[in-house]
Amino acid sequence: MLDSNKDSLKLEAMKRIVAMIARGKNTSDLFPAVVKNVACKNIEVKKLVYVYLVRYAEEQQDLALLSISTFQRGLKDPNQLIRASALRVLSSIRVTIIVPIMMLAIKEAASDMSPYVRKTAAHAIPKLYSLDPEQKDQLIEVIEKLLADKTTLVAGSVVMAFEEVCPERIDLIHKNYRKLCNLLIDVEEWGQVVIINMLTRYARTQFLNPNMNESLLEEGSDKTFYGSDEDEEEEEEEEEEKDKKAEAPAMAKRKPYVMDPDHRLLLRNTKPLLQSRNAAVVMAVAQLYFHLAPKAEVGVIAKALVRLLRSHSEVQYVVLQNVATMSIKRRGMFEPYLKSFYIRSTDPTQIKVLKLEVLTNLANETNISTILREFQTYIKSMDKDFVAATIQAIGRCATNIGEVRDTCLNGLVQLLSNRDELVVAESVVVIKKLLQMQPEKHSDIIKHMAKLTDNIQVPMARASILWLIGEYCEHVPKIAPDVLRKMAKSFTNEEDIVKLQIINLAAKLYLTNSKQTKLLTQYVLNLAKYDQNYDIRDRARFIRQLIVPTEKSGALSKYAKKLFLALKPAPVLESPFKDRDHFQLGSLSHLLNAKAGGYQELPDWPEAAPDPSVRNVEVFTLLERVTTLTSVPEWTKCSSREKRKEKKVEKPFYSDSEGESGPTESADSESDSASSSESGSGIEESGSGSESEESEEGSESEEEEEEEKEKDKKKKKKELKKPVQESESEQSSEEERKHERKSKQRKSESESESDEEEESESESSQSESEDSESEAEVKKKKKAAESKPSSKPVKKDNKKEKKEMSLLDLDDFEPAPSPQATPVNAFLSNSLATDLEGLSLSDAVLSPATISPSSALKSYEMLHRITGEGLSVEYCFSRQPFSPDANMVAVQMQFTNNATSDTKNLHMEDVKLQSGMRVKEFPEIELLPAGEMVTAVMGIDFCDSTQAANFQLCTHTRKFFVSIQPPVGELMRPIFLTENEFKKEQEKLLLGQLMGMNEITEKLTLDVKCRNEHSIVQRVTTAANLSRVPCGSDKECSPPVPPPDHPVHRFAGRTVTSSSLVLVTVATKEEGAAKLTINCEKMVIGTMLVKDILLALTQ
Amino acid sequence: MIHSLFLINASGDIFLEKHWKSVVSRSVCDYFFEAQERATEPENVPPVIPTPHHYLISVLRHRIYFVAVIQSEVPPLFVIEFLHRVVDTFQDYFGVCTEAAIKDNVVVVYELLEEMLDNGFPLATESNILKELIKPPTILRTMVNTITGSTNVGEQLPTGQLSVVPWRRTGVKYTNNEAYFDVVEEIDAIIDKSGSTITAEIQGVIDACVKLTGMPDLTLSFMNPRLLDDVSFHPCVRFKRWEAERILSFIPPDGNFRLLSYHVSSQNLVAIPVYIKHNITFREGSSQGRFDLTLGPKQTMGKAVESVLVSSQLPRGVLNANLNPTQGTYTFDPVTKAGRTPAEVGSRSAGSDAPPARLAHTAREVERLKVNRLDMYGEKYKPFKGIKYMTKAGKFQRDDLVCITGVSTLTYETVTLEPSSIITFTSAGPN
Repeated sequence: MLDSNKDSLKLEAMKRIVAMIARGKNTSDLFPAVVKNVACKNIEVKKLVYVYLVRYAEEQQDLALLSISTFQRGLKDPNQLIRASALRVLSSIRVTIIVPIMMLAIKEAASDMSPYVRKTAAHAIPKLYSLDPEQKDQLIEVIEKLLADKTTLVAGSVVMAFEEVCPERIDLIHKNYRKLCNLLIDVEEWGQVVIINMLTRYARTQFLNPNMNESLLEEGSDKTFYGSDEDEEEEEEEEEEKDKKAEAPAMAKRKPYVMDPDHRLLLRNTKPLLQSRNAAVVMAVAQLYFHLAPKAEVGVIAKALVRLLRSHSEVQYVVLQNVATMSIKRRGMFEPYLKSFYIRSTDPTQIKVLKLEVLTNLANETNISTILREFQTYIKSMDKDFVAATIQAIGRCATNIGEVRDTCLNGLVQLLSNRDELVVAESVVVIKKLLQMQPEKHSDIIKHMAKLTDNIQVPMARASILWLIGEYCEHVPKIAPDVLRKMAKSFTNEEDIVKLQIINLAAKLYLTNSKQTKLLTQYVLNLAKYDQNYDIRDRARFIRQLIVPTEKSGALSKYAKKLFLALKPAPVLESPFKDRDHFQLGSLSHLLNAKAGGYQELPDWPEAAPDPSVRNVEVFTLLERVTTLTSVPEWTKCSSREKRKEKKVEKPFYSDSEGESGPTESADSESDSASSSESGSGIEESGSGSESEESEEGSESEEEEEEEKEKDKKKKKKELKKPVQESESEQSSEEERKHERKSKQRKSESESESDEEEESESESSQSESEDSESEAEVKKKKKAAESKPSSKPVKKDNKKEKKEMSLLDLDDFEPAPSPQATPVNAFLSNSLATDLEGLSLSDAVLSPATISPSSALKSYEMLHRITGEGLSVEYCFSRQPFSPDANMVAVQMQFTNNATSDTKNLHMEDVKLQSGMRVKEFPEIELLPAGEMVTAVMGIDFCDSTQAANFQLCTHTRKFFVSIQPPVGELMRPIFLTENEFKKEQEKLLLGQLMGMNEITEKLTLDVKCRNEHSIVQRVTTAANLSRVPCGSDKECSPPVPPPDHPVHRFAGRTVTSSSLVLVTVATKEEGAAKLTINCEKMVIGTMLVKDILLALTQ
Repeated sequence: MIHSLFLINASGDIFLEKHWKSVVSRSVCDYFFEAQERATEPENVPPVIPTPHHYLISVLRHRIYFVAVIQSEVPPLFVIEFLHRVVDTFQDYFGVCTEAAIKDNVVVVYELLEEMLDNGFPLATESNILKELIKPPTILRTMVNTITGSTNVGEQLPTGQLSVVPWRRTGVKYTNNEAYFDVVEEIDAIIDKSGSTITAEIQGVIDACVKLTGMPDLTLSFMNPRLLDDVSFHPCVRFKRWEAERILSFIPPDGNFRLLSYHVSSQNLVAIPVYIKHNITFREGSSQGRFDLTLGPKQTMGKAVESVLVSSQLPRGVLNANLNPTQGTYTFDPVTKAGRTPAEVGSRSAGSDAPPARLAHTAREVERLKVNRLDMYGEKYKPFKGIKYMTKAGKFQRDDLVCITGVSTLTYETVTLEPSSIITFTSAGPN
């Protein structure tokens, strides 16, 4: 049927084959016929063929190779489901020859667009690893890459792969730790279990023990009260006492414990998962809390665990095992739920026994009476194993709680008259243990038990009785020889264990009461001499030598009495769960109390916390600044105290800058709000206007510098002065460089500009006031344009106090070469526009329009010299069309190598973008010699949003996290419109579907210094990449002609990605009043632009 | 993770095996059979059995053992929970999860298992997603398939898999938009000899059947949310909102699902709606005994207790029982004691052992969870909403009811228990 042409027949055949596989029949001889159908169109047939292939490929490797090409084709399929399933089957076929193919496929799939395929890739990793462990290194690379993935779909699977392939590479987790914590709640439930277990292990290595202080004390009290089974309360009292006494060494060691914020983050984010419907998740969280949380917080898990007891019996079984372990350590936790552990007769035996265990652990003076009453009921159960366990539990309660010992003993003695032999036997064993504690009072019980020897058949019980009588034969001097007599009679029929005890009894009696028992003992020893069991023969020989005085062994026989009748310590009845907590709770190993294969030991708390900063990831969203917190390849061990200090220093730093420039994603912020805060800061940032940014940047960098200083201060306190100088000079020189470059640009771009323009500039910048930086700048530029060497005096004007230092530092910087790719295109197009303008209008107001694009290209800092270890990067939006892709914004980056050594292989990696955004990377810069400067251009499609583009800037040695965030004004390109067109478009926009939605109007008062036409145009074009609409035709078109001294300025542009129109109108009125109108389909862009331009015009 | 899965029926036959990694011989199940033999009751088989090379984790549902074979460390609950999820899925697909149903649909079962696990790690366990991948078999679809040759297997990636709401499939359309919620509360109680309650707790669930078009966003608020102290939610419930406002806000999965389950612990007072008295005597020297059972309603504020069911395990030695119930019917099932060694007749005596009586009933509860209102956002139509309240008996047992050991079951059934009615059963006693 498989060879038939009809899909339905093939399907039928495959179904039968699968049914045979399911039943475990061997169908491997059909392999060739089945493999042929791997390329079948029918998807169900295909799936069944896959099932078959995965089952038998291992056995028929050669034939299986025939199918590989199909999967390879499938890997390239546009449908992600097919890509994923091809990878799944390919990786499931355990054929060693295709390992390289699998490796390739996994690598490719790991960078697939679809998270589903990436998930499949993560699944494939352990498969490949089990097939060929040699690939480990390569696989770790893939894992590292996938760990950085932000989708919840992938997270669980990749952590699973991590656990199977390289659980020891804990350093891979550092950077993803916070992300994992934050994603955790959205990961699918199975992934949650794996991640939580992994994070438990991680936290154990990275954080300090939250119960550090207590455990120190516990150790102390343990030494004194070793073996005592006191209540926790008592222990705590003990602790308090110790506290008062101020035990010197412990106090010295004790440090004020402050929980690492990351530790707290983990605890906080896992807590809601206690409400999960999945028992495995609840258990995982419970064990995490048990192992990691401070004592006071562990309690929360009890309720959830008790809830699980209502689940299936298998779940109950596992949960109870863990509860039993926990209840030994933290009894108080489960005490309120005591009744939930009451046993139902319908429970399976194993659950009954476990519940009993928990009840016993929970027993204390206050609740023992209720528990014992329960136990009494249980003894009547028909489940014999359970009854036996109950009796033992009573015994344990009796040993642990002194007050009830007598009650328990009486109860147990009553049980001796029970009809059921098993019950009696178990009671005897337990009574024996109890009696050992206080034998004097209970000779009547021993007598009673001696009578039982006639009836009881269970060997263990008989042996126990005999031992008791032997041990305390002095208390029952009359009965003991009689018992021995009876036993000697039946010696040959007894079990081995009983025989041994008979010998024991005989020996002891011989020593205490040799008159009566001498012959009996001889008889027993003789019987034992010819016993089948060599143990018994040995024992008999040994005892005979010891007790029967002969000439040879005189020395030993003297001590025989001491040997046999020494006071034996009472046995301690312990819970079998006592020491289980060294296994990670909830694990298979814990359940079996044996190490299962692949079990990862739960590490002990570290003495001192490793460097917490390794978990720091991108701590930036500021517009023009990039903080880089790069990973330290291996966390350096340094004392926790230092670390904390550093943290404290760092925090105000972040919060300060927050205050300045909107919310920042600081190190320990919950980054589930990361995206929102990002955009928020984006808005505020761009709202603050471009002109002010200059000054802000200055002050911020100053701050940053100060911070750096402070850090430095901490690190090397001696070298305090130097960094200050450096940083200050750094700052000023930077500024200088900026000016220089600007002046250069200006020079190159606007050399041809008319004198008149310059005059106007200088006119406008007459006032020397400090608050208008732009004016000062314009002035500087002008001066710079006039004479390059005069840049020093410029600075003198600007910041006299720093003059010297900047002078000194000047030679650090080479004069900035004019940017490689000067916006020639822009210039050309603009001049073209001017030409057109000239053609159509030939108006007088031509020159202002031309200057618009050339004015002030603001540059932003991407990588600071200090954080970049000598490499500093600045970027600016060159406002030229990005030739490879019209939808991208060109970003011009300037790399300066301030270090003493060369930097090689500058390139970017690991681009993280909001959806829809794209990046065209700049070509790799092979070599950047020390002190040199290089410019490169990259293109970014911001999708008309001000979301930052994040990526890593890599050199041959280091990686830096950087980001580029565009001001809204750079998201558009200028277009040329005539005034008529402008008005038409404006009307069109207004009459569009959302009337009025597309128009934003704002009234403002113009800054004193920008009331003239030129400065308005300049400021607007600086704020946004727009082109001026020639306005000379105002008088012709619009009937209400504004008076000539109140001109209307219009600007037009299109957004880069979606090409929607952006129309800006600034209508001036008397006294500097003006009205700003922006028409744009994109409301967000519109509002942001309004803010920007408003700021530009008012300041 | 999970290496292989074996399905074993009550008589010890392996009727299905599935391997996700390399093939594990079915002889590994011998260890399981050994453990099974050692256990006296089917449910006494330990869930985790270590063998030299593997670990067997088993789950017993519907008289089928689902035995998972694992090779290395894995949280046992992880496997157990997954196995239960498998059973739930089968039940969802085939209506019942019996050996016959699985054998009939062996191909679908295989496809399901293939989708649910990849290399032993759970892949898709949400029934909404699975149903999109593999259509559940219905008679109609089988007919259509045979005629048109179309398949049961979805070709597209289920959209839910990728979305933020993986539990709901997209493009749901209904002509009648309905949302039903069943609030079911079960009382668990243990009552001691004297009739006083030792523990009683309420275990409640809200099961929902939601058939709504599109992507509805529902909110459910309660009159008395303080009752919900210990809750577990379906993943669709927005936990933060619950924490803040005590309102359940969720985008529901399509079809049947359990919205939440809650637990009202023994600290709160739970009134048991019925009382029960019993007496059993044996006549010395004769093989007959007498068994009396009295059952009556407690204060239930005039409401009737419906469908009362008392089941009691009688000793193994009981051969037959003749009972005269004043109301309702009774059955005596001698089968469950078959194949076991009968206890010695001489050893039985009154009052020495106390097997349980199980009592099942439906009754009104004094204070119960009440739904305040249900609102829907995100879609424009008006759905039909229905809420039903029910109280069931959970594990309700008396410590010392009926004496002597044994396994044969005696079941009484009565339709309603009016406040005034008292039922007594008298019997000629176990024979």
